[in-house]
Amino acid sequence: MKGEEGSPDRANDDIGEVRRLEMYRMQVLIRLFEERVQGLYLENLITGTTHLMIGQEAVSAGTSAAMRDGDLMFCTYRGHGHVLARGAPADKVLGEIMGRDNGLMRGKAGSMHLTSVEHGVMGSFAVIGSHLVLACGAAWRARYKGQDDVTVCVYGDGASNIGAFHEALNLAALWKLPVVFLCENNLYQEYSRIAEMSAVEHPSADRAGSYGLERIVIDGNDADVVFRAVSAAIETARSGGGPAIIEAMTYRQSGHSRADPAKYRPAGELDLWKERDPLKLYKARLRELGIEDDRIAEVEAQSRDAVNEATEACKLAPLSSPDLIMSNLWADGSCAWRN
Amino acid sequence: MAQLTYREAVARGIAQEMARDEDVVLLGEDVAKAGGVFKATDGILERFGPRRALDTPISEQAILGSAMGAAMTGLKPIAEIMFGDFVAVCYDFIANEFGKTRYMTDGQVKCPLVVRMANGGGVAFGAQHSQSVENWCMQFPGLKVVAPSSPADVVGLLAAAVRDPDPVIFLEHKGLYGTRGEVPDGEIVDTLGTAKILRPGTDCTLIAVGMMVPRSLAAAEQLKADFGIDAEVIDLRSLMPLDTRTLLASVGRTHRVFTVEENPRVLGWGAEIVSIIADEAFFDLDGPPVRITAPHVPISTPPHLEALVIPSVERIVEAVRQSLAA
Repeated sequence: MKGEEGSPDRANDDIGEVRRLEMYRMQVLIRLFEERVQGLYLENLITGTTHLMIGQEAVSAGTSAAMRDGDLMFCTYRGHGHVLARGAPADKVLGEIMGRDNGLMRGKAGSMHLTSVEHGVMGSFAVIGSHLVLACGAAWRARYKGQDDVTVCVYGDGASNIGAFHEALNLAALWKLPVVFLCENNLYQEYSRIAEMSAVEHPSADRAGSYGLERIVIDGNDADVVFRAVSAAIETARSGGGPAIIEAMTYRQSGHSRADPAKYRPAGELDLWKERDPLKLYKARLRELGIEDDRIAEVEAQSRDAVNEATEACKLAPLSSPDLIMSNLWADGSCAWRN
Repeated sequence: MAQLTYREAVARGIAQEMARDEDVVLLGEDVAKAGGVFKATDGILERFGPRRALDTPISEQAILGSAMGAAMTGLKPIAEIMFGDFVAVCYDFIANEFGKTRYMTDGQVKCPLVVRMANGGGVAFGAQHSQSVENWCMQFPGLKVVAPSSPADVVGLLAAAVRDPDPVIFLEHKGLYGTRGEVPDGEIVDTLGTAKILRPGTDCTLIAVGMMVPRSLAAAEQLKADFGIDAEVIDLRSLMPLDTRTLLASVGRTHRVFTVEENPRVLGWGAEIVSIIADEAFFDLDGPPVRITAPHVPISTPPHLEALVIPSVERIVEAVRQSLAA
């Protein structure tokens, strides 16, 4: 596995304190946000389904830190954290999940489809695998128009076994597109262990060679490792070197969706991964680097306040408007299909 | 005014739009170097170069997906699915993606693309290369579905489809590629969602698309000559949006209606039209609406069997004659 950390050295830190604190703030924000989503679900203020990414925060924080304004992201229904990390305000994200008028899409589409074009999030896609080929198209457009943005496509381990994955990888490599495919391998495709569903150990990375790409497996629970790997891939893609595929090993500490108690896990597995909890790891790293406790506490408080303020704002926001159902099917804003 | 084949009209329409707008690009299997397996994109690569006309792997999900990703971010792709039947392997984009992205994102994301497909039968290609897939596409809110029957309409409706800000499925009839027609010179841009009365008549209305249009016109001539029945023939041209005003007005004049559909019986587009007419023009009718369709079976390969499945001129004549005589 790439990117094993040596002893951090504050004087020769390639990442820098500002970015480190930001990545930590983001991981805490995502953790508290996801816990709040679960709480609001239990209060019946969130309905339907949600797919939490508790335990996977380092992938979101590290990836977005490696992206710049104008870079595009396509993510999945397990996407709350990525959308937050790209800079979408917590109240708009939570409002969308709660079906409120203040949501990103005015409370029309909910948790699985979070989109914020303003922040480069072109969508969260809930049919597994589809967005990998969409990402190819966005990257093709960048190259066609001579624009230097890079598209990052985040997907789960389970998507590595769907046809669109292979079609996307082949096309991206063939056309040398500026796209980075980032697999969040959280060990489970829904309710089944990915190890029992894949012919290879690393469902994405082990297939990279089939498309002439480098095999990259990283520690997805370490935001620094994610940041470095994604930065390098983006830099290559931006300079015309073509696509990359990165498999980030992480762990989904909750079930697949809110209905899943995840009883299929082997005993002790969750505890083992909690020892490698990304927030815990990162906080220890900050301390080891000599970053003062009060500065760490300050960003924790910022995240806590942001989630609390968003919750209050969303509870006060009106439910999304009934007008939404008959609007914006077509570009003229209407839904008319006959005269 | 030039005489063009239907397939030449496809290439002319694509070229017209690519020359007008640098954001229009063409992709699909064998569309560039080979000029299309039906030669409907002949000359596009030579004129516009490999940057704008791209041959793709046999990866239908990648074709439609990359077209959509490009459309979402600023291009106006024309993607080809070689045979309409093959859209089943990338149906996710038809059923779940194209028509929903603008809606679900409350207008944040647009999807201005055209998917061309060779649709329908009549060329003895069998059950997996001859289907009429308009019903597969028009059932999903957010997709426009166009099916021209003449070279002039091909150019004008293709231009309108490319310029439309929403996703359009453009169904070319493979049984019509070799047919000829007059096409006006200069730029042609038609209007989506408009049906055309191709033959005015007083006794009944025949509603058709694609290859069923020339067959309905031929049937109308025969009905007039042999039985004195004066049939009005309407080419729907666009299934979505649907020009119901033209249909309802026609039924108000003729009082009898027949849909002529190449698709298998169940859930064909004619059922929707008949339902609308029953709802809104019931008291204009002098007899039951009749759907002339393929039977609910797959299409057999040899021409003598295929001809028994797809409605023929004779079948249309017979259905109308019998129904009006009853």
